[in-house]
Amino acid sequence: MSKQYKAAALISGGLDSLLAAKVMLEQGIHVEGINFFTGFCVEGHTAAIRKKQQDKPKRNNALWSAEQLGIKLHIVDIVEEYKDVLINPKHGYGANMNPCLDCKIFMVKKAKQWIEDNDFDFIITGEVMGQRPMSQRKEVMPVVADESGADDLLLRPLCAKNLPKTKPEIEGWVDREKLLAFHGRNRKPQMALAKEFGFEDYASPAGGCCFLTDENYATKLVDLWQARSTRDYEMDDIMLLKVGRHLRPKPYFKLIVGREEGENKFMQGYTKLYANIKTVSHAGPLTLIDGPADKADLEYAAQIVARYSQGKNEEAVTLQISRVNEDPYEVTVKPLSADEVKQEWYV
Amino acid sequence: MSEHTLDARRLLCPMPVIRTQNKVNELSDGDTLIVTCTDPGVINDIPAWCRINGHEIISTDEHNDEIIITIKVAH
Repeated sequence: MSKQYKAAALISGGLDSLLAAKVMLEQGIHVEGINFFTGFCVEGHTAAIRKKQQDKPKRNNALWSAEQLGIKLHIVDIVEEYKDVLINPKHGYGANMNPCLDCKIFMVKKAKQWIEDNDFDFIITGEVMGQRPMSQRKEVMPVVADESGADDLLLRPLCAKNLPKTKPEIEGWVDREKLLAFHGRNRKPQMALAKEFGFEDYASPAGGCCFLTDENYATKLVDLWQARSTRDYEMDDIMLLKVGRHLRPKPYFKLIVGREEGENKFMQGYTKLYANIKTVSHAGPLTLIDGPADKADLEYAAQIVARYSQGKNEEAVTLQISRVNEDPYEVTVKPLSADEVKQEWYV
Repeated sequence: MSEHTLDARRLLCPMPVIRTQNKVNELSDGDTLIVTCTDPGVINDIPAWCRINGHEIISTDEHNDEIIITIKVAH
């Protein structure tokens, strides 16, 4: 009986990784998925936070892909290790704060370690040559294989025929003739293959899966680093960049103002960690204060929060201010006018 | 066979799934794990993870904005 070779598939939840794994399964390869969680993955988070999006299915697409494929999925938390990738990318950033090439190299490197630890034979990814401007250009595809240390154990089933043979092909573990030669940004070949395999309701093709490619999110991250004079972050920081309006009236503190009930509820979990302001006399948002705001700053912040309350046109609004590990107290303030809330405060 | 608990409140998916996965990997066949969460996403995600990996969902209960999922481990 011949050996069944084993491949670890990087599963993002998108269509390409789903197809790449399926192509391998069709060749009788034993496939298990690995999904890396960086903290910046779009999967589920915002939908889980925002009430108005709760009509959308809260599906984790990586899990969904694995279930469609009938394979195991190993979700790996790389939040801490990923900091160095984001803060010091050797190959720089894409259009925003996305270190796509370094990210890909890092994930393939982690996958290489994983196959060694778990006695697997090779790694597959859903990469398609020329599909993405930074990490899937023809000239960088060997860079990923080289710098990750995966070398010829990295097989890209969707575009393998455009690339030099890898060890699984040379050794006959897989049949190169049954691999594909997709290239470029045209998604029609993938959609046709998905149809052939019977996949429906897959994640939006070419949909972004990382907040770091989002301009608004990237702006907030850079603002955070500038305000703290250090390029570092904790998990709570990157979670809170995903919710609320962010206003920075002074360089050393900012307000995170809940935009609706779902966000207020989510932010409630942070009220023991951050100074916060709640409206008392009128309905209004929960606001977290990030940064060393003093008593006068907090009263000024209360005037801003009052602007976002039902009492924004009243002469006086009462709010409760809570500082970490201190008793809350109430203040009554005149809400700032629309003109007094400066446009440049919005992050 | 023993019963274990996991507090995954305040965590957003996929963190509750990752914590569940890591905890299950420490347990033995037939053990029970009771996971308490607040992200509604777990109602889909933890059962999906269990189906993929062969574990059994015994029950899913929602109480005071908390979701409690009981899993029977199968290794």
